[in-house]
Amino acid sequence: MTTLTVVDPGPLALVQDRGRTGYADLGVGRSGAADLPAMELANRLVGNPHDAAVVEITLGGLRLVADAPAWIAVTGAPVPVRVGVRARWSGEPVPVPAGECVELGLATQGLRCYLAVRGGIEVAPVLGSRSTDLLSGLGPAPLTAGSTLPVGTPYPSWRPVDTAPGAPPPAVDQDLHLPLVLGPRDDWFEPEARSLLLGSRFEVTPDSDRVGLRIAGPTLPRRVTRELSSEGVVRGSVQVPPGGRPTIFGPDHPVTGGYPVIGVVPSCAVHLTAQLRPGQGIRFHERASDNRTPD
Amino acid sequence: MQTRPCGDTGLLVELDDNAEVHALAGAVRAAGIPGVVELVPALETLLVVYDPRLARADRLAARLRELPRAASALGDGREVEVPVRYDGEDLAFVARHTGLSEREVVAAHTGVPWRVAFCGFAPGFSYLVGGDPRLEVPRRDESRLAVPPGAVALAGRFASVYPRRSPGGWQLVGHTALSLWDQDAEPPALLVPGRRVRFVEVAA
Repeated sequence: MTTLTVVDPGPLALVQDRGRTGYADLGVGRSGAADLPAMELANRLVGNPHDAAVVEITLGGLRLVADAPAWIAVTGAPVPVRVGVRARWSGEPVPVPAGECVELGLATQGLRCYLAVRGGIEVAPVLGSRSTDLLSGLGPAPLTAGSTLPVGTPYPSWRPVDTAPGAPPPAVDQDLHLPLVLGPRDDWFEPEARSLLLGSRFEVTPDSDRVGLRIAGPTLPRRVTRELSSEGVVRGSVQVPPGGRPTIFGPDHPVTGGYPVIGVVPSCAVHLTAQLRPGQGIRFHERASDNRTPD
Repeated sequence: MQTRPCGDTGLLVELDDNAEVHALAGAVRAAGIPGVVELVPALETLLVVYDPRLARADRLAARLRELPRAASALGDGREVEVPVRYDGEDLAFVARHTGLSEREVVAAHTGVPWRVAFCGFAPGFSYLVGGDPRLEVPRRDESRLAVPPGAVALAGRFASVYPRRSPGGWQLVGHTALSLWDQDAEPPALLVPGRRVRFVEVAA
């Protein structure tokens, strides 16, 4: 069996797949790759099933070696990829000779990149997933120098491509425009909160992580001021603590939240939040939902 | 039953009480509705998480309204006995706040069976309801950075037991040696929604 050995994890490197489902009623969150389309593209480039486990790397800087010939692909935030002395790039399948060092450079835009290896990473799953959940501590520990990653058996059929074009994440000085479906608790806020939310620039703050992006902007005034009893939340929820900074929940969000959620970034766009850096701006645009119970 | 959208992946259903929450959760599980990937019960809400490629919120909401609900679908009916040493750091505060003596707090905590209303916060962290109403206490002003596993705690009208070491703002009244979380077991949590819980004092 092929094994990858981490030489240097860079700032943060985690094993991720599509996440854990079926245990939310026991308080277990989903976790999984923050940028799912990027993770799935990396898997497709090396002929893996779309849900094979990959390495999620924050900013870049990862170095690892394989003990047998392997194919890898790196996607997500664009980074230079060096294999031995050869310079490659994100978005293409890359052959890796045994013993040669794979080295990722640093991303200049976007935040997270994904390294897939043909055969997938087959660390032991926990509750049906190999994802590291940084909130609950479930799954494999964050990678450190010396961590070993067993590689699974490759799928037999594979048609390699030369490269996969992908839209790059927004440049660090560009605001990201995000759709937002109002609710479930938008009626807990004053009407002006809605215009402030949809008309202002919010800025990602440095205390953001996989649990959530903290965003700074105008205070969104509450109409209903009583305490909310904790209720289930989905990824992409914009939760507003009293007088505090809203949080856009990420993949490691808690399954329940105790503050009202004013709106939710829908599934078509939530992965874009995974590539935002502190200091970047967000502008929300309302997307209609026709799913509310008539009062 | 009112439903509120959570983007295009969740439907938050508001119900009258926790028994209705679990009755609906049981009915949804039994119906095996395509596209439903996760159920998150809370005190008076049920979040139904769905795959937007396979389900639509308006049709899902209509389907939920039609589901036949069993009168009693509260878990597996098991009762779990939790042996507790009442030596918690906040026992004196709880006594002062409730106007009871420390012994009376213990008697109140052990005297009435609790029930798991829902889980949240952390894997296996259960919110227990139905205990002695005199035990209602506020959270601590400042959270502890590390509450040890097995800590038996109170906050608001809930009781709980910390399954693993974690930060926490609840009032600690004691601790148990019972293991509440085993990720290799099925289910991995001991205090799953619906189960009855009886606290029993053990000698210090």
